[in-house]
Amino acid sequence: MAEQEKPQIIIVHSAKYQTTYTKKYENRKVWVEPNFNHINSYIPGTIIDILVKDGQKVAAGESILILEAMKMYNDIKMPFKGKIVKVYVEIGQKIPKNFLMIEIEPVE
Amino acid sequence: MSLRRNILDLRKRKDEVRKGGGDEAIGKQAAMGKLTARERILAIVDEGSFHEYDMFVEHVGTDFDMGNKVLAGDGVVIGTGTIYESPVCLFAQDFTVAGGSLGLMHARKITKIMDHALKMRVPLIGINDSGGARIQEGVNSLAGYGEIFFRNTLSSGVIPQISVILGPCAGGAVYSPALTDFVFVVENISKMFITGPAVIKSVLGEDISMEALGGARVHAEITGNAHFFALSEKECFEQIKTLITYIPWNNTQKAKTFPVKEPKSKYKIQNIVPADARLPYDIREIIKSITDGSEFFEIMELFAANIVIGFGRMNGETIGFVANQPKVLAGVLDCDSSDKAARFIRYCNAFNIPIITLEDMPGYLPGVDQEHAGVIRHGAKILYAYSEATVPKITVIIRKAYGGGYIAMNSRHLRADFVFAWPMAEIAVMGPEGAANIVFRKEIAEAEDPDAMRQQKIQEYKDKFANPYVAAAKGYIDEVIEPQETRKILLHALRISASKDVQGPSKKHGLPPF
Repeated sequence: MAEQEKPQIIIVHSAKYQTTYTKKYENRKVWVEPNFNHINSYIPGTIIDILVKDGQKVAAGESILILEAMKMYNDIKMPFKGKIVKVYVEIGQKIPKNFLMIEIEPVE
Repeated sequence: MSLRRNILDLRKRKDEVRKGGGDEAIGKQAAMGKLTARERILAIVDEGSFHEYDMFVEHVGTDFDMGNKVLAGDGVVIGTGTIYESPVCLFAQDFTVAGGSLGLMHARKITKIMDHALKMRVPLIGINDSGGARIQEGVNSLAGYGEIFFRNTLSSGVIPQISVILGPCAGGAVYSPALTDFVFVVENISKMFITGPAVIKSVLGEDISMEALGGARVHAEITGNAHFFALSEKECFEQIKTLITYIPWNNTQKAKTFPVKEPKSKYKIQNIVPADARLPYDIREIIKSITDGSEFFEIMELFAANIVIGFGRMNGETIGFVANQPKVLAGVLDCDSSDKAARFIRYCNAFNIPIITLEDMPGYLPGVDQEHAGVIRHGAKILYAYSEATVPKITVIIRKAYGGGYIAMNSRHLRADFVFAWPMAEIAVMGPEGAANIVFRKEIAEAEDPDAMRQQKIQEYKDKFANPYVAAAKGYIDEVIEPQETRKILLHALRISASKDVQGPSKKHGLPPF
């Protein structure tokens, strides 16, 4: 686990400490700023229905896609008033978690 | 029937039960590298000390043709015995009988021995090897689990509770071990999860093996559900027996004392720690240089290795050690290490075990993942646990004691009984590098050579604050000591603390941040 040949570095308050990493630390998730124009799957599942097309204008709260996961139909809604830029999935497609399903952009 | 025939009849009946699920099922168990329930118990307890009860209990299932089936002992063995002459209550699920599945009478046998352990104030050891709820007995199985969990909670902090996972332990069944004090796992044998691979695959499409999902290593290294990891059942049983020597029978007693042995001469305490605060070393060497016979029984060795916890003895008495580990992640505090230490501190407090804290850490681990994982509430657990503890609490500051971590690691301010520091200890709000960058920001920015100025200011800060004397001047440190005096001074402090008696305000219970 922590037994490694090459010393690794941890920085706390500008000081560099020679040490070794744990597997968990090495595998930690690096944070990325969320892109609100990307509708990603929050759970793995199957696309049951796509209710919009590329270029379509959609009001906030309208259903745009149905994702089946854990035997439940999840109604994915438009988070704000905007336009569908591109649909990346097809009906029947099985997708993992955090998969980009639809790209949108706000319109005034 | 004559007496003799009665006796022969009894023997025959007992032999029948001892066969468990029969030769074929026992053969399958052996093929998986597993001992049977009774073999396991006999391997743990002192020879000839085990007595089994409820051998003739029969299951009460009637649905799905269960009425005609005979299940020896209803798939679980219960009894009492001794380990190094200390009394223990035990149960072991028998996988050879209906997969060790838990029905109503199976659960009643377990709760019977649990009630017995609590009443007699002796440790309980539970060996889990079960396919889960006996579906044919429906809601009665669920009731059984509930009754077990309730008793685990009732006994918590009164008697030591030990769970040994020697087979599958899935679904609701995992919550009994999770409620107990120490969980033992064995590579390739232990499997623990709430939802198994088949369900995960069908619902989420994620394909994972049982071992990768909830094998022994996963729980020892990633989840922190297991406290002891072994490569074989035999090694696991030795670990259990060793643990029993370090802990008391119940919360009103102290652990057994052993003859005092001096530390081994190969541990030279003054040669272990590098002078440069940024270089690592193994804190366990320090522990072994002060404990009796240089013995240290580490707990949760593979999980959150940036903090080390475990038992050693001083003057023959069990001591709980909590120590930052500079060798791993520079010994920082983070979510997992706070969680690990806090639970151990509460264990020691519940069972009258004095705590020695060895401190050398630069602070909390920076990172978005830590903040989002709740390092605030997890970190608070360690403050809570130390503040709440009323057993003797002694701290030795080896090297770095910076910022919030300094406060958390059993500082004077959390009512440590004794705080000692080595002469190279640095007790400060942060390390010299960070502090100089903030305090002298303007001077550094405006200097012709900012780097040279930064180095100069770091050195100035170091000279003034990177020592134990600023804190000692306020009485936050009781004594600055020479490293080679550490064991002698700790023995003295422990002797002085032996009758420690403090009472907090009366309350139903506190609200630790869990």
